[in-house]
Amino acid sequence: MEKTNREGVCFHAEGISKIYPGTKALDNVDFDLLTGKVNVLIGENGAGKSTLMKMIAGIEQPSEGKLYMDGEEVHFKDTTEARKHGIGIIHQELNLFPNLPVYQNIFVAREKKKGLGMDNKYHREKAEAVLKKLEHEIPVDTLVGELRVGQQQMIEIARNLVEDDLKILIMDEPTSSLSEQEVQVLFKIMRELTAQGISIVYISHRLEEIMQIGDHVTILRDGKYVADADVKDIDVPWIVKQMTGEGKSYPKKDREIDWEKQEKVLEVKNLSLPKSGGGYLLKDVSFDLKKGEILGIYGLMGAGRTEVFECIMGLRPEHTGDIFLEGEKMDIKSISGQIDKGFALVPEDRQREGLVQTMDIGRNCSLSALTRYTKAGFVDFKKENEMVDGEIRDIHIKVADKRLPILSLSGGNQQKVVIGKGILTDPKILLMDEPSRGIDIGAKTEVFDIINQYAEQGLSIIVISSELKEIIAIADRVVVLSNGIKTGELKGNEIQEETLVLASYKGHHDH
Amino acid sequence: MSVDKKSSNNTLVMTLLKGRTFIVLIVLLIFFSIAAPNFLNMNTALLIGKHVALYGILAIGMTYVIITGGIDLSVGAIVGLAGMIAGGLLQKGLTLKMFGVTLYFSVPAVVIITVLIGAIIGIVNGLIITKFNVAPFIATLGMMYVARGFANIHSNGATYSDLKGYEALGNQGWGFFGSSVAGIPVGLVILVILGVIFAVLLKKTSFGWHVFAIGGNEKAAKLSGVKVDKVKILVYMISGICSSIVGIIASSQLAASHPATGESWEMNAIASAVLGGTSMAGGIGTIGGTIVGAFVIGVINDGMVMCGVSEFWQMVIKGLVIVLAVIIDQFQRNLQAKMALKARNESK
Repeated sequence: MEKTNREGVCFHAEGISKIYPGTKALDNVDFDLLTGKVNVLIGENGAGKSTLMKMIAGIEQPSEGKLYMDGEEVHFKDTTEARKHGIGIIHQELNLFPNLPVYQNIFVAREKKKGLGMDNKYHREKAEAVLKKLEHEIPVDTLVGELRVGQQQMIEIARNLVEDDLKILIMDEPTSSLSEQEVQVLFKIMRELTAQGISIVYISHRLEEIMQIGDHVTILRDGKYVADADVKDIDVPWIVKQMTGEGKSYPKKDREIDWEKQEKVLEVKNLSLPKSGGGYLLKDVSFDLKKGEILGIYGLMGAGRTEVFECIMGLRPEHTGDIFLEGEKMDIKSISGQIDKGFALVPEDRQREGLVQTMDIGRNCSLSALTRYTKAGFVDFKKENEMVDGEIRDIHIKVADKRLPILSLSGGNQQKVVIGKGILTDPKILLMDEPSRGIDIGAKTEVFDIINQYAEQGLSIIVISSELKEIIAIADRVVVLSNGIKTGELKGNEIQEETLVLASYKGHHDH
Repeated sequence: MSVDKKSSNNTLVMTLLKGRTFIVLIVLLIFFSIAAPNFLNMNTALLIGKHVALYGILAIGMTYVIITGGIDLSVGAIVGLAGMIAGGLLQKGLTLKMFGVTLYFSVPAVVIITVLIGAIIGIVNGLIITKFNVAPFIATLGMMYVARGFANIHSNGATYSDLKGYEALGNQGWGFFGSSVAGIPVGLVILVILGVIFAVLLKKTSFGWHVFAIGGNEKAAKLSGVKVDKVKILVYMISGICSSIVGIIASSQLAASHPATGESWEMNAIASAVLGGTSMAGGIGTIGGTIVGAFVIGVINDGMVMCGVSEFWQMVIKGLVIVLAVIIDQFQRNLQAKMALKARNESK
């Protein structure tokens, strides 16, 4: 009880756990929010930062644990209720209406009525006043879609400031799409807000920024609280060490193969992908893949990892650069063409991109390879059955009956179906985008076993992962991407958490 | 104990839900045979059969389209246009001005030309939807007006009547498609033949599986290598072919081609598919279910007429039946999802 009323703490979370089907996103986390400070929350992807903030902002409710505000216990059943307590959140993905003008965006869902209509005079004046306070005098009748991302960010902040009761502002990676100049403006505004007594929670991956703007740092790892400290007492290496931890890890694999002598299966040369509206999603990325090798691609969100796969699979016809398959330059036309050439993709988002939810387990499994089991268009059911059964056995998918709906499987087994679907096409190269996302630890190990098993058989595999321990355990070699640029290539003993983290932050200096 | 009972109840409810269209059909038949004393006789059956053949064939194509997650509003208009093209070819032939000749075709040739034109219209629908990224609703709405317009332009709004064919032109026998052989309407026979062909195509071929995959999750289907555009174009082509066949049968049944034939038939086709368990969200549906659905629509239509229910009340009742079918559909889907989730938890 004493802790909840501590001096200078405006919000306290105690013993918070959040359980999703199959995973525990947060495990008994305590968190203090200091009044009038920039409270930084750091951790790897999947450490539970965003989940914790969603609890505080009322977007989700904790499975266990209590929240206290100014010493009193609070329950938020939705964002409106959290907002009534003066808690606002700015999401990583901006939640604005590009088709509506600035003032409507600022007042959406809290419109002031005048008779039957809206009091738009009030809306405009108030919006102007708030923007003036933020030193961004954007004409309030402009459509938000016409603004630069930095300006849109200001609209998000203005939205939270328009009522004077703001006490806590949560900012989830607000700088990820801002220019250096805009970042400095944002920091200035953050300082002004804290001076007014508003407490800020700041989530960022950019460690240098944290040292510049943060007051107090809390570190999460694998859904657990790790450490907290005042920024003045710590440095970047300390943060990296806390983030990555030294505890459990997957067994590092040790393959006695002279990779120099292995033949190249795939070679990517100067791959570039222009971004709509200027700049590049990928710039001059080159790498190769040997037979039977597991190549890891590591990078933060937005580093361009998935885009590499999209280029190889023919989803990004606008890319430039050359891709060679077994020494021959490929003419990439369509995804079905790439599958025929021997590529298979395990996409990042299992539900949206991997599975057909209306079809049963077996048919999901055979979908990609189906045309290989047809005679004059007719499916050879016997062969299809045999192949699917074989694959279910090979990768140990736990199914009672393969004619059951795909959603009757656990997340891990669903993922294995997606992997099985790719492998049934008998590929030369398997591309896996975050293959262990959203599955429990047991299933993760099994997925790694599958990857190793097929690599031993000579399948060349590229694995994208944002989890350090995973990529270290699984990869023979790692390419690190940052802001669309290749910032490192590590092999053997060079693959360490520190080296990976440092390389993945490199590209962020060149703003 | 109570849990076990509940789950067996669920299984029973599921079985009833799955067979619901058939149950509804039986109930309707019993109801109308009591309500309309002369409902149960050969003549009524023949009449209903002739009507059902029209809706049913349209609904087969529509089922394919809806399973991919699309919709085809142009089918009724294609019926009208196909009838006019066939009627025109039979009566006026095809005049080639540059050669100064008029060609007359035999009945089989007229059928082939008409079906080809239906297929081409369907392909155009598919191309607009896939290559120009136009929503199926809009693309086929546009085609509905264009096709209906051309049906009227073809004869300047007039009807080609008395389509018996002329011995001199070698094209008698058009009435065959609307006639009955051994007491069974030819249209109904065509419905059964097409039903079997398209049910096999849907169930047994990779094309059919791809149709289901696209409707279930288009993105996942594409990433799995399904040629989404090609499959969609073929699906609209099938719908166009079915529509033109209906145009031929309709003009043969009436021995006349009228440019307004088929107006609002797309709604009967959609209703038949939905009643038969096809999900408007895509990914789910069967040809057998759709044909049973077409019978339900046919029995409701003709049964109410025989009971003396006014045309206006018929609309109200049809509307209610369709919405009710979708509500039950949603109920079934929720139950299915619950059972899947339960199976998943049990397996843990």
